[in-house]
Amino acid sequence: MPTVNVSLTVNGQVQSHAVEPRTLLVHYLRDHCRLTGSHVGCDTTQCGCCTVHLDGRAVKSCTVLAVQAQGAEVTTIEGIGSVEHLHPLQEAFRRHHALQCGYCTPGMVMQGIDIVRRGCARDEVTVRHELEGNLCRCTGYQGIVEAILDYAGSEAGAAKQG
Amino acid sequence: MSNAMVDFDYARPASLAEALRLLRGEPEAKVLAGGQSLLPTMKQRLARPTLLVDVQDLDAMHGISVTDTHVAIGAMTRHAEVASSARVAEALPALAHMARGIAHPQVRHMGTMGGSVAHNDPGADYPAAVLGLGATLHTDRRRIAADAFFTGLFGTALEPGELLLRIEYPRHQRSGYCKLPHPASGLVTTGAWVTRLPDGVRVVINGAAPCVFRHEEAERRLLARFDPASLDGFSQSPQGLNADFHAGVDYRAQLVMVALRRALAMALTH
Repeated sequence: MPTVNVSLTVNGQVQSHAVEPRTLLVHYLRDHCRLTGSHVGCDTTQCGCCTVHLDGRAVKSCTVLAVQAQGAEVTTIEGIGSVEHLHPLQEAFRRHHALQCGYCTPGMVMQGIDIVRRGCARDEVTVRHELEGNLCRCTGYQGIVEAILDYAGSEAGAAKQG
Repeated sequence: MSNAMVDFDYARPASLAEALRLLRGEPEAKVLAGGQSLLPTMKQRLARPTLLVDVQDLDAMHGISVTDTHVAIGAMTRHAEVASSARVAEALPALAHMARGIAHPQVRHMGTMGGSVAHNDPGADYPAAVLGLGATLHTDRRRIAADAFFTGLFGTALEPGELLLRIEYPRHQRSGYCKLPHPASGLVTTGAWVTRLPDGVRVVINGAAPCVFRHEEAERRLLARFDPASLDGFSQSPQGLNADFHAGVDYRAQLVMVALRRALAMALTH
């Protein structure tokens, strides 16, 4: 099949690659942009390991065509912090032991940031509902929920001081 | 590289005329809205379109407008937009409630009302609101009443190449919706929508049967008296209901009654 040129901004950098129309956004990111932080856990819209931000909203990149995202801004786990300077939610994950094997963590962090940004990290019950599209098979979610609530609290505190 | 999907051509028309021309010119074309049902279906090769027509740029399919009598919602409106719209919440609280409960947040950011309605999955939420409120479906060529729109399992009155543009709901505030979702997929195992009209009652069941349907017995009983006691002594027949690995016909029949009472309770408190 012929390819189409898909150009989008990933973590602030313009990317442009010729791909088949059927190429999923997650494979565009992993295979063409060489950003392998977004994981393919299920490929069936269930596990949430591939969660990225598309124009500021959390989506499952295994259920979006790369070509659908033509011209969009995408943020992946590589775009929010670095090993030297972790994102505050990544710091919170470390403090709360919110990961074991780490496979689901990129998706959890991207979804967690989205939850807090939408003002939905009000309480434990709400956060658990908001994580319905993300599966973790190690932790039982306790540490993940605590880390997101901790980060939401520090963000709220920073906003008051700011 | 995943090759789950058979490859296809892709077009992203900038105008409605161009979209219709593309759809007319290719018998195996499919409309791509949010893709949250279509792409998984294509991965399983249950659908193999030769052309996807991505309608995300068509102005005629965007926007929410609220008047004193109606709420019109563009077919490309994402579930999250409906869920977070203060105007929808005020005009049709049960519809906003429904939108907040569809699937999970990531799907709500992509999935669209028009996609859900045109796909007519028995496990979808929106068809129950469309039928329950007696909405009017506006396409590129005509208006279709909700009562004539849903024709069967994944079936609608849309003709090949016909594009659903927007859905117009009358503002009947006294509505309630309850779904009992499948715990893993979030799809509707069984749900009920109840609306009290000035001169009638509409009761709709989704998830339980191959196609969303109006429940005439419940409508008759609630028209006589809009009260939970009207449902006493009535039990749903399991005949014709869906059965799958997760829920058999008898269980679904039981869920119809549970969802119906909860939807009624919501309609009574709104």
